[in-house]
Amino acid sequence: MARFFLRRLAGLLIVMALVATMVFFLTRLAPGDPAALMLGDQATVQDIAKLRATYGLDQPLLVQFGLWVKEILSGNLGQSIFLQRPVTQALSERAEPTFFLALFSVSIAALIGIPAGIASAVWRGRWLDQCLSGLAMVAANIPSFWLGLIFIQLFAVKLGWFPVAGYGDPGAPFLLRLQHLVLPASVLGIVNSALITRFTRASMLDILSEDFIRTARSKGLAERVVIWRHAFGNALIPVITVVGLTAALLVGGAIVTETVFGLPGIGNLVVSAVLRRDYPVIQGALIVVAAVYVLINLAVDLIYALADPRVRAG
Amino acid sequence: MDAMVMAQASPVRLFFKRLFRRKLVLIATLVLGVIVLAALLAPWVAPFKPDAMRMARRLKPPSDINWLGTDEFGRDILSRMIFGGRASLGIGAAVVVLSMSIGTLFGLLAGYVKGLDALIMRLADAMMALPDILLAIFLVAILGPSSGNVVLALSIVYAPRVVRVVRASTLVVSELPFVEAARALGVSTFRILRVHVLLNVASPILVQATFIFAYAVLAEAGLSFLGAGVPPEVPTWGTMIASGQQYADDAFWVVLFPGLAIVLAALSLQLIGDGLRDMLDPKLRKAL
Repeated sequence: MARFFLRRLAGLLIVMALVATMVFFLTRLAPGDPAALMLGDQATVQDIAKLRATYGLDQPLLVQFGLWVKEILSGNLGQSIFLQRPVTQALSERAEPTFFLALFSVSIAALIGIPAGIASAVWRGRWLDQCLSGLAMVAANIPSFWLGLIFIQLFAVKLGWFPVAGYGDPGAPFLLRLQHLVLPASVLGIVNSALITRFTRASMLDILSEDFIRTARSKGLAERVVIWRHAFGNALIPVITVVGLTAALLVGGAIVTETVFGLPGIGNLVVSAVLRRDYPVIQGALIVVAAVYVLINLAVDLIYALADPRVRAG
Repeated sequence: MDAMVMAQASPVRLFFKRLFRRKLVLIATLVLGVIVLAALLAPWVAPFKPDAMRMARRLKPPSDINWLGTDEFGRDILSRMIFGGRASLGIGAAVVVLSMSIGTLFGLLAGYVKGLDALIMRLADAMMALPDILLAIFLVAILGPSSGNVVLALSIVYAPRVVRVVRASTLVVSELPFVEAARALGVSTFRILRVHVLLNVASPILVQATFIFAYAVLAEAGLSFLGAGVPPEVPTWGTMIASGQQYADDAFWVVLFPGLAIVLAALSLQLIGDGLRDMLDPKLRKAL
């Protein structure tokens, strides 16, 4: 188990190093001098040169990269050009809505996807399977921002059940603010349930064709017992992976939904940073999102290995 | 009789006959065909010019004159959707071509040249550690917003998926006896890759192409919606929803119909991709 963990950890570090390298060098391809961007239109050539020296921008590219990596490793993601504060601070201020949105969305996705997938597999080929698989197919191809706009019209504007947008007053009670997440989380939950449905169905079908299921049936066990006691738990093991990865991708992938619902999350921060060309914020957000993704990935692998001893050996 | 018909049928006809055995795939192909034809023939089939403004008829609901209603400038929504399909589908198709080219090249290299495998695959892993839309918006931010750069950004985002598929198939194919035989005969690596390996990995690539087409149509709409994609004055299904959203309270049709076009196009592509996969590789049918 320790060796399994170490191998995965090494892979994770390599991926993160590559992400950092990619993000750094791609950003340097962007048009415009970061120092000139920081100072605005009024800056003189001398001002820009001075700022370039302060930030080490006059050094060779590889030296800059080294300095940048050193800063990241000590937890410093740089300074936002526009927000006038450290990127880490800007990100942590925006983390709460994104975190709860991802958590809610993936819970809804799993609550829809797992039962739908199990039912599809158990009644394979019947009308219920065809309906559920069809619905999953449609859900996977709905643009989340469009569904968001329709939900806002229907449930917020017409029916008035939920707030239209935003994350409520910062001083408001926590539960009141969570109410703002119901609609966006439902949108993301529905759109992301499709993959979980298909995955659960496939996994359940795999298990149902295994020998031990045939044995259980030939012992004369009730179908209910075979499905719930013998098949269900085993079928869920691979589903852990897809649920975990969905959660991981939602941390930075909910950009469009956060924008539609005006949620002050990380996605929203990235969009405004892109529109203002605030590169340190974009870089920092990419590094943090990738780190969250690979860490959740690692956690999922570990849970998977604990649940299924065959994986550890492989 | 049947055997004779089969023997006479060209491979192309046989291909479509097997593909359309599932009704849903046939319907999806017809739907996509109508959307594509409408886009191609836009100047002839659209009832109005896409930019023809008539402020007297702004935000009118669907009627006999404007079948799908009008937008905030009194422009005909159906006509804009038909013209918008050109950009949306055109960008999707260009992303398919470019991501396939990049992905196939690197996939073949990773699968066939041992020394490059680890490097290429770790790079693909690194790119896939970022959510598609986040990586896309980052790339567009660097390249600048334009239709061409949206194509380039989305192609870079989807290329790693192609790399994985092509690499996996290449690894399998390059161990097959006929490739070994070709190598023993002194056939050059380039020729082996081009003739033997590429032809044999064509079907998984084709399946992946339809899926990427669907993802690209969805992603382009998302980027345009965020204002980080195609310039807002170019009508695409995404920009139509983006500019219409502030009027949605009084005129829901402004956002409803362009969104339906996206769903229909992406869904059709996905169904066709599923059909192709089932036909070309029955073993894969159950997985995902």
